[in-house]
Amino acid sequence: MSNITALKRNEKSNIHLSCEVNGEAVQVSVAPYKTLLEVLREDMSLTGTKHGCELGECGACAVLLDGEPVLSCLSLAVDAEGRSIETIEGLSDNAELHPLQAAFADLGGSQCGYCTPGVLVTAKSLLDHNPDPSREEIKEALSGNLCRCTGYQQIFEAVEEAIIRIGESGKGSVEVAR
Amino acid sequence: MSTRDKLSVIGKSRRRVDGASKVSGQTKFADDIVLPRMLHCKLLRSHLPHANIKNVDTSRAERHPGVKLVLTGNDFPNEYGILPVSQDERPLCKEKVRFVGDPVAAVIALDEFTAEEALQLIDVEYEELATIADPLEGLNTPEARLHEYSEEGNIHKRLSYEFGDVDDAIAKSEHVFEDIFFYEGCTHLPMEQHAAVGHIEADGRITLWSSTQCPHYVHRAISKALEIPTARIRVIATPNGGGFGGKTDPFNHEIVVIKAAMLLGRPVKIALTREEVFYCHRGRHPVLMKYRTGVDKDGKLTGMHLQTMLDGGAYGSYGVASTFYTCVLQPVTYHLPRYAFDACRVFTNKPPCGPKRGHGTVQPRFGQEVQMDKIAEKLKIDPADFRLGVIEQAGAMTANYLKIGSMGLAECINKVVERSDWKNKYGKLPKGKGIGIACSSYLTGAGNSIYWNAMPHSGVQLKLDRSGKVTVFCGATEIGQGSDDVLVGMVAEVLGLDPLMIRCVTGDTDLTPVDLGSYSSRVTLMMGNAAIQAAERARDLIAEAVSKKLGVPLERLVFADMRVFDTEDPELGLDFHKAVVCGEEMHGTLGTTGSYAPPEPPGKYKGSGVGPSPAYSYSAAVVELDIDELTGWVHVERVYIAHDLGKALNPVLSRGQVQGGVYMGLGEALMEEQTFQRLPPRLSNALVHKTPSMLEYKSLTAHDMPEVIIDLIEDPDENGPFGAKEAGQGPLTPIIPAVANAVYDAVGVRIDEVPITAEKILKALDKKARGGEGRVGPDKFPEIEWPEPYEVPPPWEGGDGDAVNKPKRKRAAKMHEMDKFKKAVSS
Amino acid sequence: MMRLPRFQYYAPRDIAEAAQILNSEGSDAMVVAGGTDLIPNMKRKQQMPKTLIALRKIDSLRQLTNGSGLNMGAGLSLTELVRNDKIKSDYAGLWQAAAQVATPHLRNMGTLGGNICLDTRCSYYDQNYEWRKAINYCMKKEGEVCWVSTGSKRCLATSSTDTAPALISLGAKVRLTSADEERELLLADLYQDDGIDYLMRRANEIVTEVILPDSNNWRSTYWKLRRRGSFDFPVLSVAAAASMAKDGSIEQARIVLGAVSSQPLVCEKVDEFLQGKKLSDEVIEEASLLCGKVARPVKNTDFNPAWRKRAIIRIATYALQELRGDDMSEQRLKIARHIL
Repeated sequence: MSNITALKRNEKSNIHLSCEVNGEAVQVSVAPYKTLLEVLREDMSLTGTKHGCELGECGACAVLLDGEPVLSCLSLAVDAEGRSIETIEGLSDNAELHPLQAAFADLGGSQCGYCTPGVLVTAKSLLDHNPDPSREEIKEALSGNLCRCTGYQQIFEAVEEAIIRIGESGKGSVEVAR
Repeated sequence: MSTRDKLSVIGKSRRRVDGASKVSGQTKFADDIVLPRMLHCKLLRSHLPHANIKNVDTSRAERHPGVKLVLTGNDFPNEYGILPVSQDERPLCKEKVRFVGDPVAAVIALDEFTAEEALQLIDVEYEELATIADPLEGLNTPEARLHEYSEEGNIHKRLSYEFGDVDDAIAKSEHVFEDIFFYEGCTHLPMEQHAAVGHIEADGRITLWSSTQCPHYVHRAISKALEIPTARIRVIATPNGGGFGGKTDPFNHEIVVIKAAMLLGRPVKIALTREEVFYCHRGRHPVLMKYRTGVDKDGKLTGMHLQTMLDGGAYGSYGVASTFYTCVLQPVTYHLPRYAFDACRVFTNKPPCGPKRGHGTVQPRFGQEVQMDKIAEKLKIDPADFRLGVIEQAGAMTANYLKIGSMGLAECINKVVERSDWKNKYGKLPKGKGIGIACSSYLTGAGNSIYWNAMPHSGVQLKLDRSGKVTVFCGATEIGQGSDDVLVGMVAEVLGLDPLMIRCVTGDTDLTPVDLGSYSSRVTLMMGNAAIQAAERARDLIAEAVSKKLGVPLERLVFADMRVFDTEDPELGLDFHKAVVCGEEMHGTLGTTGSYAPPEPPGKYKGSGVGPSPAYSYSAAVVELDIDELTGWVHVERVYIAHDLGKALNPVLSRGQVQGGVYMGLGEALMEEQTFQRLPPRLSNALVHKTPSMLEYKSLTAHDMPEVIIDLIEDPDENGPFGAKEAGQGPLTPIIPAVANAVYDAVGVRIDEVPITAEKILKALDKKARGGEGRVGPDKFPEIEWPEPYEVPPPWEGGDGDAVNKPKRKRAAKMHEMDKFKKAVSS
Repeated sequence: MMRLPRFQYYAPRDIAEAAQILNSEGSDAMVVAGGTDLIPNMKRKQQMPKTLIALRKIDSLRQLTNGSGLNMGAGLSLTELVRNDKIKSDYAGLWQAAAQVATPHLRNMGTLGGNICLDTRCSYYDQNYEWRKAINYCMKKEGEVCWVSTGSKRCLATSSTDTAPALISLGAKVRLTSADEERELLLADLYQDDGIDYLMRRANEIVTEVILPDSNNWRSTYWKLRRRGSFDFPVLSVAAAASMAKDGSIEQARIVLGAVSSQPLVCEKVDEFLQGKKLSDEVIEEASLLCGKVARPVKNTDFNPAWRKRAIIRIATYALQELRGDDMSEQRLKIARHIL
């Protein structure tokens, strides 16, 4: 084993994790067996990311990892080393809501608000990759986010409204990687 | 003075007041609360479905590093429960466990991981008991008895009522229809798992933050269970990440964290896993039901006799109310000259059932609306026309003494018929394609509180000051339905303000006046009326001062556009801000209150308290679907729904409620089911939940939701604020029977059982192909020894709302006395 | 919140290193790629490795190269497969299978290697520790009885991978790497019909690559049946691939059924039946009935086995019709709940 250079994490000692969260460099000491969900919520106080099952069965804990939606409940925090993470807290541009957020608030895309963070980051990733998706593409992108309140229709409508607003403002969507 | 005739806030679609907070992740749900020195709690739950607890040894767990406290049933003095008649729950089980998941002990530790590790170190010695898996077993198996207080054996409760001589009416009818249906149980599955934080301040005051729909009832339950005066307890309902009825009971974990916080002097949090949420349950009762309905030759209903049997699960919960609700709302949609019902709830070794969206009425509405379809077919009348011919009238009093106010069902039916092109589709679509219609009605708030009292059901307080800021306080709880938005909307409309100028403080028993909670679709109407009263009182105070200051007669003052002005000379007026200053100068510190209590229900007979409501909402739905006849695979193509909600206060939210109801209704119609399984008895005594996970408890995804065409019908009710009735629960209900009726139209088989799955459709098609009846559903309703019915003549037969007889009732043993008696005997 | 048990974690940078660690850590170690299968299992205490060897830092596992066919690193995410044009055009069955795994989020995380090694699934096994305690466990973990069929000598847990049936129908091979050896075998030979020992992988081997032969004149398709349009594992699936002669007759066919056995079920009888035939309605009907005969669904997943056995006939028909070149988009919409 002497020639092994692999990153080794002992179960007992904390690890030092460096990554980028919502565009800011973050360094934190975490237990190696913690998921990204636990670290975001408990070690970084970013409680905007929710949990509904912790088994990858609902989508409530979705965050963007290097711009792609993943489930933070199934991601090991150590695997985020050196990567970029985006959560609901990073969606707005300072005090201004992202067009998706504004449209969701206006058009009933969020009722109880619990699936909303996961839905919104997923929708943002969709628009970053595909600025003008069809209704079918929106459905497909959000098919990993369960919602028990809305019946999804107002979520789809809000995404479509956000696309229009982004187009009108001429700003385009925020870039994925900063 | 007045609010301008033209409404400026009410009826307009606008961003909900909590919208920005929710889309930015700022809304603090219960598990988002983190306090300094906070400890974490996990519950040890029974792995046996029914057993006596012989001994609980916590010593190993107590020695585990990081563990601060271990609690058992012996640490809690009293039972509690949501209904006064079924105080049968304990924070932790003491003498017996009644289902897999019943909590036995609690560990409080530095972190959740440690607490969970320590659970494995608690040694519980059990004595296993025979189990009851379904109500039929419960009827036939009085022992082992789950609760000593039940009416008889494992029969929790039986009801029997007759509103006129139904047998006579049916006997004289041209046609008699007898049908048996079964509705499988299902659960709420809110996205947020229940969580609670208990905290004790240095001065001994106690606070609970919890994802509860009913902080007021939790407040009472904590007081009772722990023998602490309510004045020392503060319950804060955090915004619920979905409720649907699943967070309306006081829960054991809430009481446990309070107790732990009191003993440790530190905050204690519990956050349930998804599996534990399935064990909390309180969801839809599985109900077997039998309808006997008479119809005369003109296609009018002559009478109906409904019998229901509910699988209650292991505890009372809202069960007695649920049992009534399976029977009381039948006469609210269609005129029934005579009506009778018998209902029975049985205890079983499964998580307790309770109220889920449409509480108790969804199951019988399914049966009733499918039977209506069968009747229409037999009579060769179009099912939509048949319904239009028999609907109850606005302002009517039903056979069971429910007073109907506004009634937009006819308009709902006409609307969905027109939208869906029903007349060109019903019975005319190609084989495999089908269309079905069904209707429903629901309460806008229960006419009576859970516990009898003469106080308001909802209270609202308003604070205004020289800042121009208005703060509105109410005990109501935001569970996603938009309760905060309704509250603010009412006040904004009356005072002519922008909703953003108003802050609302809700669901906090220390700060807000009592509101009974977010259940029975009561909030919009009850809180709304209280809010209007409080706002109008504030308006009067301010108007008086402004009138004096400007020399404008009171009756000419208008509150609109954030101003108070002379309606005849709009230039003459004050900004609202300055108007409040005037008010404060004249009256001193400004504050008003508003209260609401529902009208006295007309029925006087015992049991008449369940069913009355200040207003009833109405819905009609049409479902179009496609069925593959080789597999029974169902593809729902479109849903049309029209819902009479009196008045849409914020139409974007109203539509959201209707759409969400359709979503949940489709889930129940097609796939959602909370079912249990026994293993082979010779090998195991297990009785477990089949699918306690988000993956296997099937709820519709974005791909599974068809297009929904919604029409909001506004038939204002005089009891509703601005005429509004409910929209949160009613629209779920017609979806299920509409699916069943569409299946029949598509392939000619009757699935008299929910959920309606491909397996059942294929089975029915097979039976039909073999020349049998193309039907899947229950064949028998069991023989139940019903009590002597209360005989209440309907209004048109000279009734005064009271029973004409005095049936004898075996009084259920009071549980405390029974427990004491048992203890005395055993010692 | 459900939390992970504790473990020791390695993140090697190349395959040799990973293989070496796996070799030395022995049976207490497991490799993890996307984690979408293993992490939930660990939280439910179904699998409790003391050591995790993460593969995601190994770049060579994420390569996709054109050989005579297509060489796909086992660490490619399912999304990467779905976004690949060559897979979509030349290996439609694999593309359709990958596109229907779970949800977009899980496909962003889950890998090809992870999906073909997916732990077999069963309603008595895929449960939390406490639930399994309530049934006194089962043969696959900590118990003795197979509750699916209490007389069964072996575990009946079901193979639920979507990509494996599609890959087998396309004649895929798999490369296994250990500290001292590297070998290739037909993907079909990676599996055996046992819910516990379902993989013929040695404990010290890592699945490193999947190799597809040249697609030439092969057509392929994958049909998945599940209750909902996303999330769910298959309750049955049909992968069909065939090489077609110019006149439309089948030179060679491979039909593989998913989720009806503890391994992807290769239907040799159907393959033989189809050989040399044109896909007429009658041939499709007969072949589909044959599929129904060989399938052996058991009662351990959503939908009852009798219905699944019937439904497989219908789904096989759809698959073969699509293979023939029929436009199946309407049926696909109803079955998959969306257009792929």
